[in-house]
Amino acid sequence: MYQYSQEDHQLLQERVSQFRDQVARRLKGDLSEDEFKQQRLRNGLYLQLHAYMLRVAVPYGLLSSEQMRTLAHIARTYDRGYGHFSTRQNIQYNWPKLEDVPKILDDLAAVEMHAIQTSGNCIRNTTSDPLAGVARDEIADPRPYCELIRQWSTFHPEFNFLPRKFKIAVSGATHDRAAVAVHDIGLRLVKNDADELGMEVYVGGGLGRTPMIGKLIREFLPPHDMLTYLEAILRVYNKLGRRDNLYKARIKILVHETGEEKFRELVEEEWQQVKTSSLRLRDEDIKNIEAHFKDPEYEKLSDFDVDYDKELISDPMFANWADKNIELHKKDGYRVVYLSLKSRNQPTGDVTADQMDAIADLADKYSLGAIRSTHRQNLVLSDVKLSDLHSLWQELTALDLATPNYNHLTDIISCPGMDYCALATARSIPIAQALTERFDAYDFINDLGDISLNISGCINACGHHHVANIGILGVNKKGVEVYQLTLGGSAREDASIGKIIGPAFTADEIVDAVSDVLDVYLTNREDPEETFLTAYRRLGQGPFKEKLYG
Amino acid sequence: MGNFIKDRKPQEDSWTPYTGLEDMDNLPSGDVYVPFDEWKSSRDALLKRNSRLGVILENTDNVAELVEDFDRLDLVVLQFPKMADGRAFTQARLLRERFGYKGEIRAVGDVLHDQIFYMQRCGFNSFEMRPDQDIPTALGAFDEMTVTYQPAADEELPIWRR
Repeated sequence: MYQYSQEDHQLLQERVSQFRDQVARRLKGDLSEDEFKQQRLRNGLYLQLHAYMLRVAVPYGLLSSEQMRTLAHIARTYDRGYGHFSTRQNIQYNWPKLEDVPKILDDLAAVEMHAIQTSGNCIRNTTSDPLAGVARDEIADPRPYCELIRQWSTFHPEFNFLPRKFKIAVSGATHDRAAVAVHDIGLRLVKNDADELGMEVYVGGGLGRTPMIGKLIREFLPPHDMLTYLEAILRVYNKLGRRDNLYKARIKILVHETGEEKFRELVEEEWQQVKTSSLRLRDEDIKNIEAHFKDPEYEKLSDFDVDYDKELISDPMFANWADKNIELHKKDGYRVVYLSLKSRNQPTGDVTADQMDAIADLADKYSLGAIRSTHRQNLVLSDVKLSDLHSLWQELTALDLATPNYNHLTDIISCPGMDYCALATARSIPIAQALTERFDAYDFINDLGDISLNISGCINACGHHHVANIGILGVNKKGVEVYQLTLGGSAREDASIGKIIGPAFTADEIVDAVSDVLDVYLTNREDPEETFLTAYRRLGQGPFKEKLYG
Repeated sequence: MGNFIKDRKPQEDSWTPYTGLEDMDNLPSGDVYVPFDEWKSSRDALLKRNSRLGVILENTDNVAELVEDFDRLDLVVLQFPKMADGRAFTQARLLRERFGYKGEIRAVGDVLHDQIFYMQRCGFNSFEMRPDQDIPTALGAFDEMTVTYQPAADEELPIWRR
């Protein structure tokens, strides 16, 4: 993991003392709420429906067990005993008191964490592949590049008052687990025919009211040019991005209205001016950062473990979990384990303080002390030995973190919806719970295979419903919450935006509607290997429409 | 006055803005700054004046167009129509870093102490603070953070190369 330098620490301390002073002035009444708003938004503090919400950055989704314990401590001491992992790998607290926020920031700073640039129209926390550094399909580790972007973008003097918020994701594997196509900028590490490392640069992806897939504006950017190229893109955006309409201010609209070709020319033209600047990365700059992300000391193990095989046979519950929530690791004898935050008993992405402490202990015991958060709102233990899997599973089961549903139907992404959010127009958590109740049967989930279902409680689309195979959007029509169904979206390397299938359903009808959609798939798929998405793309909307409205 | 800061100190401002009402041939004496359009249309007349000259840009103007006049421009005024509108940050950096402008770069409009740290890093060295701003707070903002990561007008190298 990246170890903070003296300067990184100093910056956090200065930032916290500055914010402490601002909070004191606000509490004394010297600052109006309006004036204070600018300050708190720069520190990740939103005013929500019932209380303040504090969003804490988890840089590229990487946490140490010590950091996780601090997150637990914060949840227990200053919140109501839980936190919520977001689709951007961050954690949110829904009930902090304003006067406690400086103390929370102090506690975070002590473990090299903060809430800087987690809100406001600036460059937000960079997200990445939760399997970075351990994935079998990895081309190159994206984390050093994420860390360079973190440093470059932190308090960037030119880009802190952009037309709108700005999100960057970096992926370094064949499979995209970071949803790079729906970010303002998505970077994918690739290799060319000469086996050199480069980056595909996607610009203008995003969800919200106007969902768009990012456009590939550069097919092979040498990694040394990453920051100069980002600077060029951001500069073009800061100059030309729309500021007359909040809903047209994201870079996706600029790319769309300018035209992909013209936009590329503008970026390339600006880049010619900055590509040799001091931001151009030298070999040693990249090497120095890479040194922070060296492999841990893995044991030399066989990829077969007799006991593990026996446990799989003797314990079908374990086998079912292992089938779904475990992935191969680049090192033989190790596995990547997904901790499901989608049990029946807690809202999507929520983790209690006790669970956090226990996860930290499990990370120390079984996984070299590290935890990762994922954009699908789960957690990962990335370095678990085959021989430990059964014990780990037992402990996870006791913690309600072993729901065997990774990338399956009940692995639902959901925004907090109207239960917490000031923007939401419909509830999403109860819908997610109703769907989980209905479809929680193991056999059914198994049979459906790889599928994604996401729920947003308003058109801002924080629940990423546009890029789910099955998306649900809650809206308020004349005082009644209704739910639109979109089909065919994907957030992976074959990214696409789902299409609305027809008129919306009421809260009472939506679960049945999803059931109908699943029936159409199960009836029409060519064989169990054909996923929902592949079948939908083959079948088109027709049979689904007929079943739903026919 | 009373809300003007230059080179990190509260100062009297010696400049008079051209309001658009005066006859170009009859401008007030002393240092004057004019809108970019007026500069382009009345450049020859203005250059004959025996005083310092400045120009105020819209935040959509292209600063490259000023380069040939740098030796006659002692002041470039950049505007923040709203705090959230950060286009002038880019203009300032280009003036300083790309084109090497050495004169005064001034921020006017919705200028709050919150932006000062960023503005100085982009090359602004004078600030007409919004009238409601507390000047001591604004003066404190120059040093509110001592760590900088990126190269900018005040710093040649990124932190990893220092």
